[in-house]
Amino acid sequence: MSRRKTERLLGLVVCLLSARRYLTASQIRDAVPGYPESFDAFKRMFERDKDELRELGIPLETGVSATADEEPGYRIPRQAYVLPEIRLEPDEAAVLGLAARVWRRAELAGAVAGALQKLRAAGIDAEETMQPGIEPRLRTAEAAFGPLWQAVRDRRPVTFSYRAVGRSSSQQRHLEPWGVVNRHGRWYAAGLDTDRGETRVFRLSRIEGPVTFCGPAGAVTVPDEADVREMVRERDATPPVQRTAVLQVRHGAGHGLRRGALTDEPDPRRPGWDLVRAAFSDMGWYAENLAWFGPDVVVLEPTDLRDAVIGRLKGVLA
Amino acid sequence: MTTRGGVGGGRPPEASTAGRPGARGAAPPRVAPATDRLQRLLALVPYVISRKVVGLADTAAAFGVSERELVDDLNMLWCVEIRAPDPYCPIDLSYEGGEIVVSEAESIDRPLRLGVDEASALLVALRMLAELSSLEDRSALSRTIAKLEAAAGEAGAVSAQVAVQVDDRGTAGTAAQVRDALDRGRRLHLSHYVQARDEVTERDVDPMRLIVVEGRAYLEGWCLRAEAVRLFRLDRVLALTVTGEPAAVPTGARPRDVDQGLYRPSPDDAEVELELSAAGRWVAEYFPCESVADLGDGRLRVGLRTPDTQWVRRLALQLGEDGRVVSPPALAAQVREDAAAALDQYT
Repeated sequence: MSRRKTERLLGLVVCLLSARRYLTASQIRDAVPGYPESFDAFKRMFERDKDELRELGIPLETGVSATADEEPGYRIPRQAYVLPEIRLEPDEAAVLGLAARVWRRAELAGAVAGALQKLRAAGIDAEETMQPGIEPRLRTAEAAFGPLWQAVRDRRPVTFSYRAVGRSSSQQRHLEPWGVVNRHGRWYAAGLDTDRGETRVFRLSRIEGPVTFCGPAGAVTVPDEADVREMVRERDATPPVQRTAVLQVRHGAGHGLRRGALTDEPDPRRPGWDLVRAAFSDMGWYAENLAWFGPDVVVLEPTDLRDAVIGRLKGVLA
Repeated sequence: MTTRGGVGGGRPPEASTAGRPGARGAAPPRVAPATDRLQRLLALVPYVISRKVVGLADTAAAFGVSERELVDDLNMLWCVEIRAPDPYCPIDLSYEGGEIVVSEAESIDRPLRLGVDEASALLVALRMLAELSSLEDRSALSRTIAKLEAAAGEAGAVSAQVAVQVDDRGTAGTAAQVRDALDRGRRLHLSHYVQARDEVTERDVDPMRLIVVEGRAYLEGWCLRAEAVRLFRLDRVLALTVTGEPAAVPTGARPRDVDQGLYRPSPDDAEVELELSAAGRWVAEYFPCESVADLGDGRLRVGLRTPDTQWVRRLALQLGEDGRVVSPPALAAQVREDAAAALDQYT
């Protein structure tokens, strides 16, 4: 079954590529082996075949030949079918091979394999060449990645259930996605939140359940000035206001805090401890960070930071 | 163009005793989805044409199929016929002596252009490489991107809406030293901050490779102290020197499969259970949990395995009331002691 179908589709592609003019459905049936005798059965099968070819990215064109054929016909224009000439130098092929491994086992691994097969058919051998020693990887552990990629590709609006940070329940959200961005290993979708009428950034790992298309392909218009990278970068950019914390840190401990500290010297009033001054901006985040070090770090100033750390620690005992 | 009316016309593709697919009495090869196979068939002819000498074995390997499957593909291509208006067979090829030769290919002599997913996936990956400061060959990278963009045409347009940002500027110097040690096969000496224990350790490491995953750069190498393959996050390497000694990675040392996640628990590891509030749910996103149960109101109970519970004690202090160690009970007791000791510092 599957073999006969492959033979038929192959014959169809070759036939339509070689055609100098548009071929009508009945001309195609006569030319390509494997179609049933009954015209209705043929039509149904031919419709499915056309869809399959289009899904593979084969440009199937409909039109009427100059001659007085009443019925529209089909052909595959060679110009639209063929991969343009591409030649890569050995160092370029090595870079391509490295890029091809980036998605390995992630969502787009299949697409990469397909691309490599075509490039190999164009005479490029990318995967044999090794760039020794470096292995960049992208992962797509988030189930929402696949549908959001498709939505961005096809310009379709989506809806999903989203749990914002610290919320006890999730909310149904509607998004016209403009792009997907990976920042520091996490995937985000950015676009127009149509419930709020404002641009928003969503973290894919906080999407719960399925992502559903809620409009047709092509329904989303991405503004020319939209910069999805910038939207995501802004979302977790460090607030400009910086404050200074004064910390007592046990000698030999708190290395993570000492890196990038403003000053770090022995505390004259407490032997075995150092006085560290460090800049911070997000108080809540910094308090959590300090609580990590337990009894090895004491906040002297400012008071609100000191109280926040004490609050964290009391929370453990509550 | 040759005409092959019915069976046996023209030149059989292999030896004269061979013949049509199936005539050799073999069972049909493993069936792949019809469209996957069609894509392969369309790539096969240009693959042969674009190379000077093409062997059956190499070609089968390049397409990831067995030689038998490949021969079946070649036979299928050879058998393509157009019946009307004038019957003819557009493709002529042979594979005598294990070498594939295409003498007539007509319309499918060039590969199909790249699809949107195909072009975008490669372009996104190439632009991600361009973000890596540890990658030295920038010129080859920009040339490759330009050529691929040109070949992809419109299919590459969507890739502009997908971006990968990697911030490894802080570790560029360290990464360059690691690359240097890899190139010259030298042992590294490094001081490495172990955040879980808040300790700085000194180690000799024979480098195996540099990995960039989840937005961060890591050195993977044979640690002489642990006598095992270890990953070192570059932003936690405080100092690093390339020694004069040659690296000697044991032959049995295997790089880990980073595609499965960087940290994989082992069955010998301690099992820890935590209860998280809505504000503490991020823990389930950051750490590989073996189990996640929804407790309602945004609360979660997660189970994870770890070879070292030190960092769980610290995590629990960090979480405060947003997370609680449920088991093992001894660990929960330790966390309370840690918190009490820390609070003592404030009285």
